[in-house]
Amino acid sequence: MGGVFLSLQGFWFVVIGVLWAGYLVLEGFDFGVGMLMRFVGRDDAERKAVIGTIEPVWDGNEVWLIVAGGATFAAFPDWYATLFSGYYIVFFLILIALIFRGVAIEYRAKRSEQRWRSAWELAIVLGSAVPAFLWGLTFANIIHGVPIDSHGEFSGGLLDLFGGYAILGGLASLALFAFHGAVFLALRTTGEVRRRAKAFAIRLVVPAAALVLAIFVWSAADSGHTDGKWIAAAGLATVAAVLLTLSLGLIVRDRDGAAFAATALAICSSVAAFFVGLYPNVLVSSSKAGSSLTVFSTSSSHHTLALMAIVALIFTPIVLVYQTWTYWVFRARLRGDSLPGEKLLGGSGSRPTS
Amino acid sequence: MSALAVTTAELSRWQFAITIIYHFLFVPVTIGMGLFVAGLQTAWYRTKQERYQRLTVFFGKILLINIALGVVTGIVQEFQFGMNWATYSRYVGDVFGAPLAIEGLVAFFLESVFIGVWIFGAGRLSPRVHLATIWAVAIGSIMSAYVILAANSWMQHPVGYRKVNGRAEMTSLWAIMTQGNLLEAFAHVMSAAVVTAAALVLAVSAYHLLKKNEVELFAHAAQISLVVLLIGGISVATWGHFQGQLVSREQPMKMAAAEALFKTEKPASLSLFALTPFEKYPSKTSFNITVPHVLSFLTDWHWNSKVEGIDYWQSQYQKEYGAGNYKPIVAVNYWSFRLMIAIGTLFVGWASLGLWLVRRRKLEQSRRFLRLSIPLLALPFLANTFGWLLREMGRQPWVVQGLLKTSDAFSHAVSVQAVAFTLAGFILVYTLLAAIEAWLVVYVVKGGPAPPAREGEQPKKIELGY
Ligand code: HEM
Repeated sequence: MGGVFLSLQGFWFVVIGVLWAGYLVLEGFDFGVGMLMRFVGRDDAERKAVIGTIEPVWDGNEVWLIVAGGATFAAFPDWYATLFSGYYIVFFLILIALIFRGVAIEYRAKRSEQRWRSAWELAIVLGSAVPAFLWGLTFANIIHGVPIDSHGEFSGGLLDLFGGYAILGGLASLALFAFHGAVFLALRTTGEVRRRAKAFAIRLVVPAAALVLAIFVWSAADSGHTDGKWIAAAGLATVAAVLLTLSLGLIVRDRDGAAFAATALAICSSVAAFFVGLYPNVLVSSSKAGSSLTVFSTSSSHHTLALMAIVALIFTPIVLVYQTWTYWVFRARLRGDSLPGEKLLGGSGSRPTS
Repeated sequence: MSALAVTTAELSRWQFAITIIYHFLFVPVTIGMGLFVAGLQTAWYRTKQERYQRLTVFFGKILLINIALGVVTGIVQEFQFGMNWATYSRYVGDVFGAPLAIEGLVAFFLESVFIGVWIFGAGRLSPRVHLATIWAVAIGSIMSAYVILAANSWMQHPVGYRKVNGRAEMTSLWAIMTQGNLLEAFAHVMSAAVVTAAALVLAVSAYHLLKKNEVELFAHAAQISLVVLLIGGISVATWGHFQGQLVSREQPMKMAAAEALFKTEKPASLSLFALTPFEKYPSKTSFNITVPHVLSFLTDWHWNSKVEGIDYWQSQYQKEYGAGNYKPIVAVNYWSFRLMIAIGTLFVGWASLGLWLVRRRKLEQSRRFLRLSIPLLALPFLANTFGWLLREMGRQPWVVQGLLKTSDAFSHAVSVQAVAFTLAGFILVYTLLAAIEAWLVVYVVKGGPAPPAREGEQPKKIELGY
């Protein structure tokens, strides 16, 4: 295989890593905010403010997932096929959770009855916690390995996806996103809500950092590799843990913006550690050596990879510009009594008049 | 396995069919209402007339309730290719993955990022920029329709690819993104979306006119919707006709089945009402009312041309692809096609009648017309579903025409039990959400628009919110 060909698969592997990092940073805090909303917000107005921090942006954040999925389909069809069919029930649960969460964020405010609100808030909490856990579990399985047969098909059962390593991975991402969400809330709110979000952040940082570190120690221990790739991955994992600790210091000093940057970077470096450790595999096989799927065994043709690279290089910067702009538009902090998009007309929850 | 046992492939088909039909209940509303609301807001921006502001907010709320479900059910579709159709995904990924990735990157980002800005940004943006955000949403949803139809058209009529290494590989993205099958389907689907939205606005307006609530406002909305319905109806029929001609060249078996034409005829008669023996793959009609020459004419504008029948294509395909059944289920094709056309024709008539009433200044008093306009809202949703049934079931047994059969395309790693579980789960969740959504829409519709600004009050903005 020629050098260009090699680098095209490498390029797409990096692109997919970047897309996942974008997704997990952005929807990561959506998940965290969702999980914590009933605890950080004590009354209806506060909960409205908590949800208000993600209302204008969650939908755009979720598109990162769709694009990551689509890019995997386009660039590595066999990776996409084996992963999505092999992790069938896990992905189904993620989908159902995302469906309920998305609908709940929007429909919660449509009526003011207590039961209506509580039911949707439960959907937001669960719809955030379930995928936050299952994404970690999925990534852990990808790198740790599940049974894959000689046709490149997943050949295990459901329980093969719920091993100890995978569950640890799920807990790590759950804690990480909860922490990330708490820091985001501290950045985006004021008053009582902000105070409580900070308290949560301080409580969550230790489990988050510890679990992230634990999962990387376990990875290093069971891989047995000591090559440059693993040293790089271990380095990135350490950076992630350091950044998490740093963000604690920053949040205590009321440097909310910097603290949020630190947790976002911690997620990025965790994702980077994962992808560096994974390469050139894309799905590790636990059944027998050599049957792991790699970037080379699963990729699309040179033509498709090259063409799609051009498309990605043109449109990704454009998307980044306008998505960043929306965060600028909604930069104002919210508090429990001044609400985002407070409606001049038919305010949410108030009965429409006829 | 017993004879009754279902397979992963069969259950996966049911799951895909149910989830995609469900998803496509929301898609045309998003596209059509997106354009409609963008149009209303533009009218408000230009004229500063308060009625446009009130209509924008009112119909905008309905649009938002609908978008929520459209978005979340859309992700399911993207995941399902890999989850349930892994063999398909491996076979076509090199070609089919590209439009999917482009759809996300180019269209969904635009739509989803700006919908949030539109909902919550009115107080923070200038009216002009705020207007631009709703147009970005509308354009994003239209682009997404275009790109996903490109992927679907490739399944109907594969172009710009070659077969290597046991899979299809892309040779020309341009060919895939510009083929006739796509352009005509896009025009037809866009028109169908416009018809759907117009029927929705008409039904909502009719409800309030019947209640004598905000008569002036809703008479205005009804008039707009009737004009749009007429134009959309004529457009959907025209494009549908050309699409039919193209399909009779590209997928002749599909159209032969849609016409219940078993034997080749020259000249060919158009069937108006046909019955076949009650079996899945009948070989003849048992009752048929026909009009001579018309099918020939509709197929290629010649009164006496030959139109090949199902039997001919069956033997032709056997020669080309080997033994097997290449017939779709005729009754599904035939009746989906007829009912879709009937609905389109009916709406052209209904809109004409309505506009005639408007001209006679009798619309607000025509209670029967208004009352009937409400249940008629079910029809565009049915027509959309029939259209897709024709397009997709008419392609069977192929999932990619001539390249890959549906029965070969499923996921080997997924058990029947797993699909049965998820199918049950989707049905449960989707039914629940449909009930909630319908109830919410009715609630918002009944609530009506917010009262107008009082004398001396600040002119209002387009402020929404969840
Ligand atoms: C009035 C006369 C109509 C004609 C002659 C017509 C014709 C057609 C044909 C031939 C197809 C199948 C194309 C294929 O398989 O490639 C189709 C599909 C479809 N139709 Fe219609 N149609 C009509 C009205 C309508 C109406 C009123 C609606 C909805 C409001 C509608 C919605 C659809 C949809 C959603 C599809 C599937 C996507 C596509 O192939 O474009 N059609 N139609």
